[in-house]
Amino acid sequence: MKRVLLSMVLAAAPAVAAPIAITGATAHTARGEEVIRNATIIIDNGRITAIGAGLAIPAGATVIDAKGQPVTPGIVAVPSDLGLTEVGGVRETSDGSARTSPYSAALDMAAAINPGSLHFAIYRMAGVTRAAAVPDSGNAVFGGQGVVVSLAANGPTVTRPRAFQYVELGEAGARLAGGSRPAAYAQLIDLLDAAKRLAANPAASVGGDDSGSLVKRRDVEALLPVLSGAQSLMVHVERASDILEVLKLKGRYPALRPVLVGAREAWLVAAQIARAGVPVITHSLYDLPDDFEGLAASRNNAGHLQAAGVTVVLGPLGGVGGTTPVNLPGYAGNAVGQGTVPGGKGLTKAQALASITANPARVLGLADTGTLEVGKRADIVLWDGDPLELMSSPVAVWIDGAAQPMTSRQTLLAQRYKALGRIDLPLQYPR
Amino acid sequence: MRAILLLGIAGVALASVAAAKEKPKDVPASPPDVVRVGKDPWPSQYRPYPGQVTVIRGATIYDGAGRRIDNGMIRLEGGKVAEIGTSVAVPVGATLIEAQGKYVTAGIIDIHSHLGVYPSPGVQAHSDGNEATSPARPEVWAEHSVWPQDPGFSRALAGGITALHALPGSANLFGGRGVTLKPVYGRSVQEMKFPGAPYSLKMACGENPKRVYGSRNQLPATRMGNIAYARQLWSDAVGYKRRWDDYTKRAEAGTAKPTDAPRRELALDTLMGVLNGEILVQNHCYRADEMANVISMSREFGYKVTAFHHAVESYKIADMLKAEGICSAMWADWYGFKMESYDGIRENIALVNAAGACAIVHSDDENGIQRLNQEAAKAIAAGRRLGLTITPELAWTWLSLNPAKGLGIGDRTGSLEAGKAADVVLWSAEPFSVYARPTHVWIDGALMYDWGDPKRRPTADFELGQPGAGEVK
Repeated sequence: MKRVLLSMVLAAAPAVAAPIAITGATAHTARGEEVIRNATIIIDNGRITAIGAGLAIPAGATVIDAKGQPVTPGIVAVPSDLGLTEVGGVRETSDGSARTSPYSAALDMAAAINPGSLHFAIYRMAGVTRAAAVPDSGNAVFGGQGVVVSLAANGPTVTRPRAFQYVELGEAGARLAGGSRPAAYAQLIDLLDAAKRLAANPAASVGGDDSGSLVKRRDVEALLPVLSGAQSLMVHVERASDILEVLKLKGRYPALRPVLVGAREAWLVAAQIARAGVPVITHSLYDLPDDFEGLAASRNNAGHLQAAGVTVVLGPLGGVGGTTPVNLPGYAGNAVGQGTVPGGKGLTKAQALASITANPARVLGLADTGTLEVGKRADIVLWDGDPLELMSSPVAVWIDGAAQPMTSRQTLLAQRYKALGRIDLPLQYPR
Repeated sequence: MRAILLLGIAGVALASVAAAKEKPKDVPASPPDVVRVGKDPWPSQYRPYPGQVTVIRGATIYDGAGRRIDNGMIRLEGGKVAEIGTSVAVPVGATLIEAQGKYVTAGIIDIHSHLGVYPSPGVQAHSDGNEATSPARPEVWAEHSVWPQDPGFSRALAGGITALHALPGSANLFGGRGVTLKPVYGRSVQEMKFPGAPYSLKMACGENPKRVYGSRNQLPATRMGNIAYARQLWSDAVGYKRRWDDYTKRAEAGTAKPTDAPRRELALDTLMGVLNGEILVQNHCYRADEMANVISMSREFGYKVTAFHHAVESYKIADMLKAEGICSAMWADWYGFKMESYDGIRENIALVNAAGACAIVHSDDENGIQRLNQEAAKAIAAGRRLGLTITPELAWTWLSLNPAKGLGIGDRTGSLEAGKAADVVLWSAEPFSVYARPTHVWIDGALMYDWGDPKRRPTADFELGQPGAGEVK
C-alpha cells in the first residue's frame, strides 16, 4: 500500500524529465576551495551537463531559482547500516551481522538491502543521497562485502554492489578471532594467503566447504578482488600501533587498498598514513578515552590528518551516542569549529564539505559522484542556509537528476500530532 | 547531628518549627528523643573555588529564563550574579572582559548523565551504573558508584556544563538515587555534590526492565509485569511511611521510645522520601501510553513524577504533560534504535515547548553532554520547519532553567539573575551555531575553564602520561 502511494507521488516526476536549471545558486562544488557565486547548474538525463556563473538556460528547462542559497553535492554516508537494519534493538529486522554463519568474507550485503526502510526518507530529507551499507563482522574478522546504495525514492537502490570488503581488527577483531590480536591476524593471513594461492592457480585447493573447515572456499574467492586491489578493504582499527600493523600488510599484499575506519589515534601516525596513501574514515567528535585502544582520541584527529595530506572522510561512526547520517553536516561543521579553539586543529569549510561528499565518494570508488562538475551524477542539495550549520535544512534534493519527495514517516507523525486535543474522531483517522 | 539533618532540606526544618509552635506549654523544655530517617546523611563537601570580581561587557546575553539582552553587561561577584542588564557598575580592580560579538549564557545543566557511574574508559570494571540484581534497587545511590576521575567531567565542563545529574541506569524499575554534581574535580564525590540539591529516584518503564528480568524468567517479563511490580512496591512504601509517621507522631508526643522506631529499610527510605515530596522522580519512559500509565500509578499512591526522560513520544501527550506539570527530558533526534523509540521525531522538543509544557534537552551520553547547545539548535530548526516560532533565548530555557527546576535547584542556578549562582558561559559565537565553543566557564563565580589558558583546563588523573596527553581534545 505504501509503495503504491509513493509511486503515485513520483508519477508527477517522470523518469526522463525535461532539463533542470538551478539558477542564482552559491555552488559549493567540493572541488578544493571552489565556490561559484550566481551559479547556474544544468541537469539533463540525470547528469550535470553545465555549471558556471550566469549560463544560458536551455529551452524547455524547469527553472529552480536558488535565490543565492547554497547548493552542494549530495552527502555520501559511510559507513552506515542503511537498508540493512530497521530497528537496532529488534534482531529480526537487522541483517548487519551474522553471528553464527560459517561464512564471513563471502557475505554479500546487496541481498539484504531493503529500500522500503523508513530511514531512506529520513536521511534523504537531510541531504544524504548515497550511503555505504557496511556489514558488521559477526563470527570472524571479515564481515563481508558492502554495497553503495542510492537514497532515491524511485530507485534504483543499489548503486554499486560488492564495493568493498570489511574487516575487524583491534580489540573487536581480537575478540572475534578467539581472544587476541595475533589470532585476528592469523585468520586474516590464512584467508588472504589462500586467496593468493587461488589467484596463482584457480585449480588450487583452498579450503573445504564442510562446517569444520577453518577456511571456506567461498570466503577465499570473495577475497580475490581485495587481493588484486579491485576492491578496497575497510579495516576497523583505532590504536596507533594497530594502524601501523595494517600499513605493513601492503608489504605482504602489494595491491591491497586499505581504508582505515575509526582510527581515533590516527593523528599520532598521520605522516605514515599519508605516505602509504591510505584514506581514513573517522568521526569529528571522538575526544574521550572510551577504551584502551582510543586513549589518544582528540577532535584534532581530522585536522591533523588533513594537514598531513590524508584523504579524510567524516562518517556517522558508532561510539558517539545518537550518531546518524542525518547529522553529517553538523559533524563536518564541528570539524571547522575545532580549528577556532586555541591549540585546535580543524578543517576549512570546503575541506569539511568534501569530507562528507567528494572524499567518501572517492573512497567508495564512485568516480562520477561527490562533486558538482560536468559529467557527474546530478546528486544535488539546495539548502536554506550554511549547509554545515545545525539550523540549516535542505529545501530540495535531487538524486540522479530526479527531484525527491520531502516527507518521511517522521514528518507525517509531526503533522498528525501538531494539534492535540479531542476532536470528532481520534487522531488516527485521516483529516 | 540533628542540626545537620535539619539543615539538609529546608522543608523539613520548617515543618519542625511549625510542630514546635503547636506544643502545649506544659511539655518539658528538652525535646523528646525522636529517631529520624536522615534526609542528607552524606552531605556535600563542595566548596566553590575563589573567583574574581568579573564584568563581561558588550555581549548578547541569553539569561536562561527566556530573556535576551543585546549589548548586555553582567557582573559576577562573591560567587553570585551581582548585576545584569545593559549597564552594570564596574568596581575598581574588577576583571573586565570585552565581549562584543560574543554571547553570554546561563551554564548548561544536564538532567540525565551517567558520567562517573559509567566512566571512560568504558571497560567492564567501570560498569557501575546498573545494580541489575533485582527489578527494584531504590536503596542504591549513584553517588556511591561515581568515579570522580572520569575524564568525561572535563569534557562536559569544556562544553559549558555547570551542573549535571548522575543517574543509575534503566535496567531496573527502581534504579536507585541520582545525585546532582558540579563538573569540578574532587578527590571524593562528596566534593563534587551540588550543596543541598535534592536526591532523585530513577525509575524506568518499558523494554529495559522487562527484557533484563524477563530473560531470567522472573518478574517483570511484560509491561503489565512492570506496573504490577512497581505498584506492589509503592504499596509497601505507603505502609512504611505510615509506620514512620505514626511512630514520629507518638515519639514527638513523648509516648514512644527510641526503641519503638520502625526498622530502617534503605530501599523504602528512598520511596518514603518520594512520598514526602523530598526526593524527585526522574522516570525513564519512551512511549506516550506508558507515561500515561505511570501518571495513573503516581496518582494511585500519592507521589509526583518530576520528569519523564528519553520521552520520545511526549509530543503525543504534550497537553497532558502540561496539565500535570511534568517535564520532558529529550534528545533532539534519537529515534528508531529500539522498538519504543520507533516513533521518535525531530519535532518532539519543539512540540512539547509549543504546548506550553516543560521541555528539557538531555544527553544520556558522555559525548552529547559536551554539546547540548547543538542538540537544542537542531530542535529549534525542526520546530521552525514545522512552522513554529522559537526564539534562541526561549530555547536556552531548555538547557538551563528548566533542567534546574527539574532538579529542584532552580532557585539557586539555571538563570542569570542577581543573587543566583554565577554559573556562566561565554561563547565564541552565537551558541546555536555549529562553529561556537565556550571560551570561558564560571562555576559559582570561579573561572573553571578558559580555552586559551592551559592552566584553566583540567586533566583527569587517568589521562596523565597517556598517549595523546597534552593535546587539545
